[in-house]
Amino acid sequence: MDQGGQMATNNSSGALLELRGVSKHFGPVQSLTDVNMSAPSGMVTALVGDNGAGKSTLVKCIAGIHSPDDGGHIFFDGKEVSMKSPKDAASLGIETVYQDLALCDNLDIVQNMFLGREKRRGLFLDEDAMENAAKETLASLSVTTIRSIRQPVASLSGGQRQAVAVAKAVMWNAKLVIMDEPTAALGVAQTKMVLGLVRTLADRGLGVIIISHNMNDVFKVADRIAVLRLGKMVAEDRADKFDRQIIVDLMTTGVSTRARSEDALSGAEGGAH
Amino acid sequence: MATNQEDIKATADIVAPTEVDPTAANTANYFEVATFGEYVKSSIAKVKGGDSGILPVLVGLVIIAIIFQSLNSNFLSAGNLINLLSQGAAYILLSLGEIYALLLGEIDLSIGYVAGVAGIVMAQLASAQHNWPWWAAIIVALIVATAIGALQGTIITRVGLPSFVVTLAGLLGWQGVMLIILGNGGTLPISSNVLNDLANGSLNTVATVISIVAIVAIYAIVVMTREVKRKKKALHRAPASLAYIKIGGAVIGGAVLILISNTNRGVLVPIRGLPWVVLIVVAFVVMWTILLSKTRYGRYIYAVGGNAEAARRGGINLARVRTGAFALASLTAGVAGIIYASRLRSVSTSLDGGTLVLYAVAAAVIGGTSLFGGKGKPIHAILGGIVIAGIDNGMGLLGISAAARLVVTALVLLAAVLIDALARRSRTAR
Repeated sequence: MDQGGQMATNNSSGALLELRGVSKHFGPVQSLTDVNMSAPSGMVTALVGDNGAGKSTLVKCIAGIHSPDDGGHIFFDGKEVSMKSPKDAASLGIETVYQDLALCDNLDIVQNMFLGREKRRGLFLDEDAMENAAKETLASLSVTTIRSIRQPVASLSGGQRQAVAVAKAVMWNAKLVIMDEPTAALGVAQTKMVLGLVRTLADRGLGVIIISHNMNDVFKVADRIAVLRLGKMVAEDRADKFDRQIIVDLMTTGVSTRARSEDALSGAEGGAH
Repeated sequence: MATNQEDIKATADIVAPTEVDPTAANTANYFEVATFGEYVKSSIAKVKGGDSGILPVLVGLVIIAIIFQSLNSNFLSAGNLINLLSQGAAYILLSLGEIYALLLGEIDLSIGYVAGVAGIVMAQLASAQHNWPWWAAIIVALIVATAIGALQGTIITRVGLPSFVVTLAGLLGWQGVMLIILGNGGTLPISSNVLNDLANGSLNTVATVISIVAIVAIYAIVVMTREVKRKKKALHRAPASLAYIKIGGAVIGGAVLILISNTNRGVLVPIRGLPWVVLIVVAFVVMWTILLSKTRYGRYIYAVGGNAEAARRGGINLARVRTGAFALASLTAGVAGIIYASRLRSVSTSLDGGTLVLYAVAAAVIGGTSLFGGKGKPIHAILGGIVIAGIDNGMGLLGISAAARLVVTALVLLAAVLIDALARRSRTAR
């Protein structure tokens, strides 16, 4: 990859998140090689790839769980950043919604949304303030199917749990929300609700990165698509430059000879325009 | 499962996401203010759905009271009820400690003998040989107990060993320490009147009335202010009638307690008044309830027990929360040990910490605490402890052998665990 020449242009593109030449290895296993990627504000960027392509590793590098190998650069909001922990990422405004959602079934919605960041008044928890803030956030996301904000998360449906997890991420003034397989294991109606939520986030001006296996969902909600294969970014461009078949080709072979293939190939160098 | 289908139906007509409908925020108020009838219905649904709470144990208590009272009219006499409460105090306190371990989804088998060690430390320091003041002896005993819990908790969390094994080693080891200090068949008498009165003394009748009225009044004020405040701010709350029922229950309970406390229960000389130990138990239940439900640390204990991975991602220091919980369990066990020693006016090698700890686990589980972590309250220890003490006491009154009492206690425990497991299954099946 000819990252040297591209750096200046990519920084000036003003994307919220810029990855430049990010690599990551675990012992002898090279999970990510020289990955460039960008995620602009107000857009949904879908990250696709086969199993083991490195999607989760890449996301964990952005979320501060893994620190990338030396030599790579991560720019956030125009500044180079290095994140040592999920807390660093959170303080920048990067929030991640994991596939397992990381909710405590035995706690209620408010308690889950504030887990680890509870508001206090003196020594004691400020339940009223937390409940109001949680209520506002859910309302702002147009989540209307939840009857009581004080019901345990165990009693929620899959889509509602996803909504709570997203609301939890957004409440902390997130600028970038990363979602790992948000629609896996959801029914049709619930998938629709969650994709609506993803769209709402982007329309509010947040950057969204969504990992998905489901091409239907990707084409329904994504503005941009990035394709990973064996740890390398093989294509990244606007969603309308791809079709389903091209993506499958890229995921499996790294190239596509179909129509628009020149866009797909040059996508490896291009950022957002 | 019917509710799930409703949810799906409801999500189908979600507001179109591209345009934020300003009325959407108004239609979803996120709090239910149900009528009392609906509340009862939803409580029953909760029991079926996996959150059994204290309903089963309350029903159990009523059944126990009816059965034993019909077989022996002394069971519900004032003297016997007070006796039952002070008998049960040590179990209840141990069980209170055990709840900290159970909430994490762990177990602490050592607290029975940790209680014994605390009792010995107190008795030794207060004995004629060392002659410490009673309060200093208590403080040091509690510090020793807490340190033991912190040590075991550190081994469990930092080295990553199962709590079952580490505290089993504690069960054996601290029994050994007890035997070493006491010598073979040894007994350590307690001469301090204050220490002996902790479990055997009573308030006078006037102080009994004042303290119980004060406790009920404070409870009523807390419940009412919360109700009024949450109503004013339109926050989530249970139906108002529930607050009145809670207060009504507290008033009736307080009145009954005053009545039975101030009825003469002495045989040769008149004895009246509320035993000190009841106040001690109430104080710890209140303290631990506040810690668990009103502070960050308490919230973290529930979170770690519910989903440790979620708690970790939330930035919670798991090792610190877990170690602290084991220390608190041992601290509470230390209090139980002091009460136990005080009741017998001595510490001896006859203290069976193994049985005590199993009764403590049983009491917590019978009271509604889950063995699987994340679900339980201090009040469960009181209710479960009273059930166990009630069975023991009631069957004792009927002259039934200790062997049969063990079998019945075992069956009750089994029933309680069964309720918990069934509830858990229906919860995970969703």
